Amino acid sequence: MTLLLTVFAAVICTIVWYSKAPDASMQLGTLSLMFWGASIMWLVDAIVEYSEVGAAYFMQSGADMLNDMYLGLSVIALGLVIWLAILFIKDPRGVIKKTLLKNN
Amino acid sequence: MACFLVPASEAVVTTIAQKIVESREKKGIVKEESPVNEIPKVKFSEKLSWLNRMLWGGSALLAFEHVWHGEVNPVFPFLTAVQNGETADMLAEMSTAGVGMAVLVTLIWGTMVVASHAIENRKDKVEENI
Repeated sequence: MTLLLTVFAAVICTIVWYSKAPDASMQLGTLSLMFWGASIMWLVDAIVEYSEVGAAYFMQSGADMLNDMYLGLSVIALGLVIWLAILFIKDPRGVIKKTLLKNN
Repeated sequence: MACFLVPASEAVVTTIAQKIVESREKKGIVKEESPVNEIPKVKFSEKLSWLNRMLWGGSALLAFEHVWHGEVNPVFPFLTAVQNGETADMLAEMSTAGVGMAVLVTLIWGTMVVASHAIENRKDKVEENI
């Protein structure tokens, strides 16, 4: 479930990045690459687990699936927070700088 | 257990490599890929940043998953497996899943670099024909 949710997040971010390209001011490429990196890593994790337990990998209990879903959503939230922090630090449109200067 | 440490270690190395390549590109040691009057090609340091972003982002999100599952602790030695005397199992997992993660991310990045190079070459050929 975590892998699935992260892949969906990566695909959505990539579509948004593609639709806005070549404008890179929102750092959407970073967000997509972050989610793709995590998706690839969880894919390897899933393959290793599948090789160990076989078809049982797909037969999770409801409680495990719910826990995995919460984890997947939390991972997406964390990814978005990291992306926001990068965006504010780099501030490619100068919004933060302008806001701070206006207040001073 | 601690598989995210392998891609995180690779990320440290590739970040240092990116900084070195970047400074060489600024100094002009690395050969410029395109003449001044053409649209500039993607620099190798920029291509390395794709790998860095995948490795750092993936490792960070995977580290969070390990915290979620109680495999990482805020106190020394930080890894539950080491605390419980399962260091050998942890190292085995790092050498299989961890190395697999780092290798697959790097292979996919390599494919991206080859594809971008092919697109740049195709663009050059079209410009030459015109």
